[in-house]
Amino acid sequence: MASITLEGLKKTYAGNVAAVKGVDLHIQDGEFVVLVGPSGCGKSTLLRMVAGLESITEGTLKIGERVVNQLEPAERDIAMVFQNYALYPHMTVYNNLAYGLKNRGFKKDDIDQRVRTAAKMLEIEDFLERKPRKLSGGQRQRVAMGRALVREPAAFLFDEPLSNLDAKLRVQMRVEIKQLQRRLKTTSLYVTHDQLEAMTLGDRLVVLNAGQIEQVGTPMEIYARPATMFVAEFIGSPAMNMLPLDYLAQQDTQGVLSQLPKETDTVGIRPDDMQLAPPAAPYITLNATLMLFEAAGAESHLYLNLAGSDQPTVVRTAGQPPVSEGETLQVYVTSDALHPFNSTTGKRTAH
Amino acid sequence: MVENRPWANFFAHLTLMLGVAVVVFPVYVALVASTQAPGDLLRGTLPMLPGAHGIENFTRMWQSGVSNAGAPPAGTMLWNSFIMAMAITVGKLSISLLSAFAIVYFRFRFRMFFFWLIFITLMLPVEVRIIPTFQVVADLNMLNSFAGLSIPLIASATATFLFRQFFMTIPEEMLEAARVDGAGPLKFFKDILMPLSITNIAALFVIMFIYGWNQYLWPLLITTDPDYYTIVMGIQRMTSEENPQWHLIMAAVVMAALPPVLVILFMQRLFVKGLTETEK
Repeated sequence: MASITLEGLKKTYAGNVAAVKGVDLHIQDGEFVVLVGPSGCGKSTLLRMVAGLESITEGTLKIGERVVNQLEPAERDIAMVFQNYALYPHMTVYNNLAYGLKNRGFKKDDIDQRVRTAAKMLEIEDFLERKPRKLSGGQRQRVAMGRALVREPAAFLFDEPLSNLDAKLRVQMRVEIKQLQRRLKTTSLYVTHDQLEAMTLGDRLVVLNAGQIEQVGTPMEIYARPATMFVAEFIGSPAMNMLPLDYLAQQDTQGVLSQLPKETDTVGIRPDDMQLAPPAAPYITLNATLMLFEAAGAESHLYLNLAGSDQPTVVRTAGQPPVSEGETLQVYVTSDALHPFNSTTGKRTAH
Repeated sequence: MVENRPWANFFAHLTLMLGVAVVVFPVYVALVASTQAPGDLLRGTLPMLPGAHGIENFTRMWQSGVSNAGAPPAGTMLWNSFIMAMAITVGKLSISLLSAFAIVYFRFRFRMFFFWLIFITLMLPVEVRIIPTFQVVADLNMLNSFAGLSIPLIASATATFLFRQFFMTIPEEMLEAARVDGAGPLKFFKDILMPLSITNIAALFVIMFIYGWNQYLWPLLITTDPDYYTIVMGIQRMTSEENPQWHLIMAAVVMAALPPVLVILFMQRLFVKGLTETEK
């Protein structure tokens, strides 16, 4: 168990391509931190730098109190779960789990005991003598986790471990990973591009974009107060609607926008915060045409064309409202639904 | 096939049978010929049924050979051939495994240069470089030795190239997982790469063994001592005699064909197993 500290971590590839442009992050002992961002944002590179699979161009990486920049992956006391599991196909599950321990010179009894404990924890005891190819995707996933678990490392590193599973299994494994981490209290760094996975798993989220940190915070902090327009649009599904302030001001008859800082020129509104019935608080009324209606069971998505704006807008509402495609309707927005941004800096203008 | 057309079936089988007959007939003739008495094969018509002298011919060939034709006992020659073929096979496999390992997994200077250097030698068969190679082997006093028979034939661009291609299909995460698991380069090679390549090794073993076994020109050049004659050149020597003793030659031929067949039968199990248990 240990904390992980990244100080000014940079990665530059040959040809001056910067993949990671200076990342500072402190992960506390036992914390579950999720790195999330679109593909190509440098999140996997960053994780691989922590693992020691990718060299560090600049900056300091500490695991515990130890600077590990120059150490081999095996010497860093970390374990990694790979996206494609990377199980050794010619070894039984037992040997897959035991291999790392054997290489570290553990005694046979000790190895056996650790493998069996881990197998029991992950419910893969029945497959110990099988080869990976005889296992289903979910079982392979467990074996890959087991391989990390048996070592009792200082930190777990997960590189999009659930992206090869089907949707149902993904949810199940997500819950199990979370429970396991709670139980073991091992520091974990988890990379994903799936914002739902990020929201549900992490104690803290690190949103990365183009090799830089956009925002660090608990999932709810980030959801409630996205620090940049990028984060606002990336976290949350459907994505936040971005409307120009000028457009909203034209419809603002009740002074809803008066509190916004003056450098604001764009306002974000979550699809959930657009209401179909007039609320009690002062509100802005937007006239719209319903272009497309998606019923997703417990909730519905309304794709709107706002009158006088070409910005596509989505509204999410519970249940199934009595609307039909092509009809005009009104949506209402109150002041606490507004996320003010400046589109030049891309930053939030108020708290 | 789920179709059921008797005529198509019939013709398919007929074609197959004809094909087999074409391939098997010469082998059958060799077998029959090896069982005849000395004069039987010189009468102009080839007997089609086995004769009564099989045991006699084989024993003679195995124990004493045809010394006036410069052919030592087949036992010695077979043994020589076997040593040479095994040395070439094992040597080729280990060298090409290691060089492919180096080329794929290590980032050293001039890596691609060395790869192409190896690759270019593909275009130079033994016969092209036979004079300089002979000179080198002669200067190193390796004429009439197993070392001289095998070492110059060991370097193999083909196998190196095949292993390189195979190694490149192994996902990089495998190496990374091994690194995280604390396996150094040699451990990774021994514990992961070798077991994964076992089917390729088996297939190449067969090819290389037959290549080594069938070597003719090279052994002919560098051996003058009958103790180092190989079976293939021995057979050739017997046929170039004034009165070739075909019944004995055929006995030698049958014996010479056996080891490659055995190697294939033995190795086949390994690579058929590898093929049916396809790993991802």
